[in-house]
Amino acid sequence: MVERYTLGRKIFVGANYTALTVLSLLCLVPLIHVLAVSFSSSEAATAGLVKLWPVDFTLSSYEFVLAKPAFLKSIGVTLVRVAIGLTVNMVLTVLVAYPLSKEPGKFPYRTAYVWVFVLTILFSGGLIPQYMIVKYTGIMDSIWALVLPGAVPVFNVVLLLNFFRGLPRELEEAAFIDGAGHWRTLWRIMVPLSLPALATLTLFATVGHWNSWFDGLIFMNSPDHYPLQSYLQTVVINRDLSLVSSADMKSLAEVSDRTAKAAQIFLGALPILLVYPFLQRFFMKGIVLGSVKE
Amino acid sequence: MPRVLRSPYWPLHLMLLPGLILVLIYSYGPMVGIVIAFQKFMPAKGGLFASDWTGLANFRYVLDLPDSIRVLKNTVVIAAFKIIVGFVVPIVVSLLLNEVRKELFKRSVQTLIYLPHFLSWIILGGILIDVLSPSSGIVNQFLGWFGIDSIYFLGDNSWFRPVLVISDVWKEFGFNTIVYLAALTSINPSLYEAAIVDGAGRWKQTLHVTLPGMMPIIVLTMTLAMGNVLNAGFDQVFNLYSPQVYETGDIIDTFVYRIGLVDAQYGVATAVGLFKSVVSLAFISASYYLAYRFANYRIF
Repeated sequence: MVERYTLGRKIFVGANYTALTVLSLLCLVPLIHVLAVSFSSSEAATAGLVKLWPVDFTLSSYEFVLAKPAFLKSIGVTLVRVAIGLTVNMVLTVLVAYPLSKEPGKFPYRTAYVWVFVLTILFSGGLIPQYMIVKYTGIMDSIWALVLPGAVPVFNVVLLLNFFRGLPRELEEAAFIDGAGHWRTLWRIMVPLSLPALATLTLFATVGHWNSWFDGLIFMNSPDHYPLQSYLQTVVINRDLSLVSSADMKSLAEVSDRTAKAAQIFLGALPILLVYPFLQRFFMKGIVLGSVKE
Repeated sequence: MPRVLRSPYWPLHLMLLPGLILVLIYSYGPMVGIVIAFQKFMPAKGGLFASDWTGLANFRYVLDLPDSIRVLKNTVVIAAFKIIVGFVVPIVVSLLLNEVRKELFKRSVQTLIYLPHFLSWIILGGILIDVLSPSSGIVNQFLGWFGIDSIYFLGDNSWFRPVLVISDVWKEFGFNTIVYLAALTSINPSLYEAAIVDGAGRWKQTLHVTLPGMMPIIVLTMTLAMGNVLNAGFDQVFNLYSPQVYETGDIIDTFVYRIGLVDAQYGVATAVGLFKSVVSLAFISASYYLAYRFANYRIF
């Protein structure tokens, strides 16, 4: 479309581009600053000389952080957590969404089941009862405490069941006529047709598990079992000195607290920063898929 | 074959079974656990029903605590500001993005403003603590160039709430533009053509075509946001606050955490949590009902 720009329009366009550029930079600059600090020498960081580019470039903060057994261990816990948690989440999401996507005429118990699941979005027992149930079921201090309480992501179930309902019903009927049962229909027809939606939900679940920190903090008795974000909570936010070993103390004298923290913040965000550009499209689709319904 | 197995529904029941069991244990179990609110709960006695019942004593105790009113007020004020500011900003930004004709620029902006949504409050909290530091933080250095004295943003009661609201909106505004941008693409282009024929400029087109086109989704997000009036954002507050700012920054969720899991006053903490759950249920139900009535929205 060719438009004739009036003077007012030109001013508006200029201002608009400027405003959006500023907004974008506001989202990026804090990250770049922390990155610059993490690559700077302790003296420069402590003296506040670092802006958006490293001063006295050095990798010593990263050498210090990556040599910390506790840090590496917590990454290991997080990887296990993502692997198990994601598998459990996805299997249960699919298994729950399929029966609930049936018309009440095809599966009369559907509405009752839906309420059982949706009620958990509307009401919760609260922190203390949740904590007690985890304790009573004997999964305290194990990886299952990070997986089982959130095993059925009800929001994702709702997204997927709406997606299932949007698929042409004829396909399902044809499968039944050909003699396929519910299991076969689910795995051979519904799941392959829902791959874009499932990709989106996989991303939601992965980012969710990667970013969770509070459950690790309260359900794990020993810091040894903390996932990465819980560990970062104690060292970057809380400064729990009991987690700093005496050997660390010594090298901390060379690597300033600030640059070490910056390095850990950056490493904690890195996996998300790496996959993010590729995933952006999926996330957009996922949101739209949840909100557009007939 | 038993009658149940001949039912055509049994594969469906079977599929639901594992999820159902886990939800019954880990979501409904805690609902049963609400009985703790009416007990002098001692975990050592074993079980949810082994402790002495105390009726409403825990609730009375909470009402007498001087902190309770403060915590409730902080929660509502912080949540309300987040709801209002967090509601307006994404609409304005999506309207601005809609005026951008250069696709590459538009997509770059989108990529950058969605980013903070995907980072945890641990990461963002760490970043904020660093950049807002009164001694070496870059924000205070910047203010220093203009001769403004160093401000302890996270330790000053007059600054803490604005920091919470601004940083929360900063994290989420970009991501929340997605629904509006999706609504904008579904506006019929012939409406704009008709408006141009009628002599409407860009401003008039925005006012009379774009905004009305976005109205249903605006009404929907506004009503659904109402359900959050007691959600002041635990993850964020917990990672940014300190005893200095309890006066303006302590919220229900952090309060429950401290009296429950730190001080081990389980009964009292459960009572406070129950209050929050009940009030939230009322607000969420009301908001879903309104969304259903006025925007024809159904969650399932």
